[in-house]
Amino acid sequence: MLKYLMAKNEDIPSGSAAVYFGFSAITWFVIGTGLGAFNAAKLAFPDFVTGLEFLSFGHMRQVHVHAVIFGWISQAFAMAMMYITPALGNTKLWSEKLGIWNVILWNIGLSLGLTVLWFGMTSGREYSDFPWFIDLYIATFIFIPLGINVWMTIINRRTQGIYTTNWFFAAATFMVIIVFIVGNLPEFFHLTGLTEAYLTWWFAHNVLGLWITPVAAAIAYYTIPKVTGNPLYSHRIGHLHFWSVVVFYSTPAAHHLMSAPLPEWLKSFASVEGVLILVPAIAFVSNILLTMQGKWNMFVENLEVRFTVTGCLMAIPLNMQGGFQQTRAINWYIHGTGWIVAHAHLALLGFSTFLEVAAVYLGLQTILKRKLYSLTLGNIHFWLLLIGFTTYWVSMTIAGLIQGAGKIYEVPYIDVVIAEHPYMIARWIGGSLVFTGNCFWLYNMWMTARTGTVIPEGRMPHELAYER
Amino acid sequence: MNFREYKIGSRFFALALGGSMTITLLMPSFDINHVNATEVAMDKQLWAGAESGFNLDDPFLLGWHKPLKVLLKADPKTGQPMEPTYAYVYEKGTTLPGGILHPDNLGGIAKQLSLEKGRIKEADKNVGAVFLVKADEQKRYYIENATATMGWTPEAVEKTAGDANTLHAAAGKTLFVREGCWWCHTLLPEQTQDWQVFGAPPMLGDFNGESPTAFGSDRKAPDLLHVGSRNASKEWMMLHFFNPRLVQPHSIMPRFDYLWGPVDANGKKIDFPKWRAEYNEYREGKRVTPPEVPMYARNSEIRNLIDFVLTLK
Ligand code: HEM
Ligand code: HEM
Repeated sequence: MLKYLMAKNEDIPSGSAAVYFGFSAITWFVIGTGLGAFNAAKLAFPDFVTGLEFLSFGHMRQVHVHAVIFGWISQAFAMAMMYITPALGNTKLWSEKLGIWNVILWNIGLSLGLTVLWFGMTSGREYSDFPWFIDLYIATFIFIPLGINVWMTIINRRTQGIYTTNWFFAAATFMVIIVFIVGNLPEFFHLTGLTEAYLTWWFAHNVLGLWITPVAAAIAYYTIPKVTGNPLYSHRIGHLHFWSVVVFYSTPAAHHLMSAPLPEWLKSFASVEGVLILVPAIAFVSNILLTMQGKWNMFVENLEVRFTVTGCLMAIPLNMQGGFQQTRAINWYIHGTGWIVAHAHLALLGFSTFLEVAAVYLGLQTILKRKLYSLTLGNIHFWLLLIGFTTYWVSMTIAGLIQGAGKIYEVPYIDVVIAEHPYMIARWIGGSLVFTGNCFWLYNMWMTARTGTVIPEGRMPHELAYER
Repeated sequence: MNFREYKIGSRFFALALGGSMTITLLMPSFDINHVNATEVAMDKQLWAGAESGFNLDDPFLLGWHKPLKVLLKADPKTGQPMEPTYAYVYEKGTTLPGGILHPDNLGGIAKQLSLEKGRIKEADKNVGAVFLVKADEQKRYYIENATATMGWTPEAVEKTAGDANTLHAAAGKTLFVREGCWWCHTLLPEQTQDWQVFGAPPMLGDFNGESPTAFGSDRKAPDLLHVGSRNASKEWMMLHFFNPRLVQPHSIMPRFDYLWGPVDANGKKIDFPKWRAEYNEYREGKRVTPPEVPMYARNSEIRNLIDFVLTLK
């Protein structure tokens, strides 16, 4: 890999950047879920590993969150962009070399950032916990180069139109850069008080809404038509999805602060806009599920389709939950409880992760031209992820409802802690299943690269029968 | 971009995103700008200092260059006894808080009084300053720069107050951020409930000048905004931080014994492994009483943290 850093762009095999991003993302996924399971264990058993500052919950929690968001999710996105954008433009990636530099600089910056967070050097602002020098690094050396590669590939495409997926990629890379720069203004210019609090959540909300959600959806717009061979059900609905994401999803940041003394009009506005996010959500889910028409057998038979469709199906409860939990009538009950943690994992570990996993499976097999090493391991991975996640989600949702009841009746807090304990243990078990599944996945992809059956030119991985 | 549609599309995209940012950033900023600092906000920004998260004055969040909150019982200049008063000491080199650097942040009458009566613009980071929160006859609060109005120097104020009356609350808030207390404890009682147990929710102007606000979003433990009013016992805090299960067997809070540092108040080395072993015996029922929690040293981190918690009134 290092030899490509100085090589001429033409000499770098196409797809290299995507492969490196792919493996790097899987590795971060293993690390991130390992940390998640560790944190879950700490919440279930407070005396598990004690007395060491750097292994305490308060130091590890943000490392987990940032490892999964900027390591796993965002690198899997980059991986998808590196192979899907050129494929849809019928061309090559604008610069493989930039892509490779991007992987390296990304991993250096992220490792540095996580170390710094781990040592407790934090801005103290949720989701923008990184100190400002890391934020600047991320914008300059991670997202801007990624964006340039995507935009230039699209501009140099050899097709006439631009396919849905690529609108999303181009727009989301642009938006995430804006969000990073604007959302961190409190750190760059030392803004304080409510401005600081509100911008913190403006950042958090928009990283989710203008980066994670649209890119994950865009990936599904590629994988499902590509693997099933069906054309996308409707381009128009794709348009509706795109524009409603930009218009509705960028506005309800204040719904994260419904109980803070923000201007009331802002909270009401956010509440209404939040319900309108159901427009892109329904557009997306219906478009993908209708594209499946006539190919539902692949939901059972094909791993990538199964992951993607499961992810899409999870988008339904996710967005229903989102839409109603942020109305004032509901939010006071579940705000700040385990319900929100369950919602966050339904979004990131459920919905978006399942879509990305499919893209990484598909991409690595296609670029390496090797069929998946072991379908059994792939299936085990799927079920461990699904069962682990479901355990997590169900247990935290119940815990959240208990907490909510305790909250509104002002039950002594310790009774809430006692009541939640079994669910904390269940969450830890669920998390450990996810982590185990990911270890299998890493092994499986590694073996695929080494010994997977070679796929002949012009064939899709799933068209080949298994030899093993 | 070849197609006219894409040109139009890009413009609409800019319009949509720009419009969204106008509504969600620009418009609220007008409202929030007009929020005047309350007395709480003045007190809070003066004791917490300019920034409790990462900043160049304190890059490792070790509590460098932080102000002190002291209780004065005598006039630091004359030594005459006086009505006990809280003063905020900014030693030379400590960055001044937002409201002093940008009086607009205080807003309205507080800004005017602080500038005219309080002479806050004369405060200088390179010299150091002492501040007070005062009220005029009409109960309008403002900040006074006591260094300018009365000639109180940071050194004299610290000496007069003495260590026992000095609160390292700002360094403590840094620890609150660094140790991630806010991942479980919120600093925001909710408007719809929480009044009885956790106390009144904050008012609109209570945060001016504070950074980070660290509201917290995933509550797994009691709200702490007014904890100092509920429980002001240093001894309880000490036991609780060393091992929360000493005072609350069902607590899931981590132990913060490492904040004691290597030695106790008498300079004796703390034997953590021995303590843990004895505690385990106690837990298994082999001991009647838990081991003694060592008294913390004056300059230990735990002292700062306890000072901070007790400042949250
Ligand atoms: C209709 C769509 C959605 C709406 C209206 C919505 C609304 C909300 C609200 C109101 C909260 C904060 C609740 C509280 O703290 O009281 C929240 C939290 C969260 N949402 Fe959503 N959500 C939606 C979909 C999504 C999606 C698609 C994602 C990501 C892919 C997502 C990720 C998250 C995360 C990670 C949090 C946790 C934030 C925290 O740390 O507190 N949500 N959502
Ligand atoms: C092995 C699986 C996982 C486990 C056991 C796990 C566990 C945890 C725990 C214990 C927390 C702290 C919750 C709290 O403070 O109450 C947390 C927070 C979080 N995790 Fe995970 N996690 C896992 C996987 C993931 C994945 C794959 C993602 C994203 C792709 C993710 C994203 C997040 C986010 C965004 C938060 C912050 C939630 C919030 O503030 O509401 N986690 N996780």
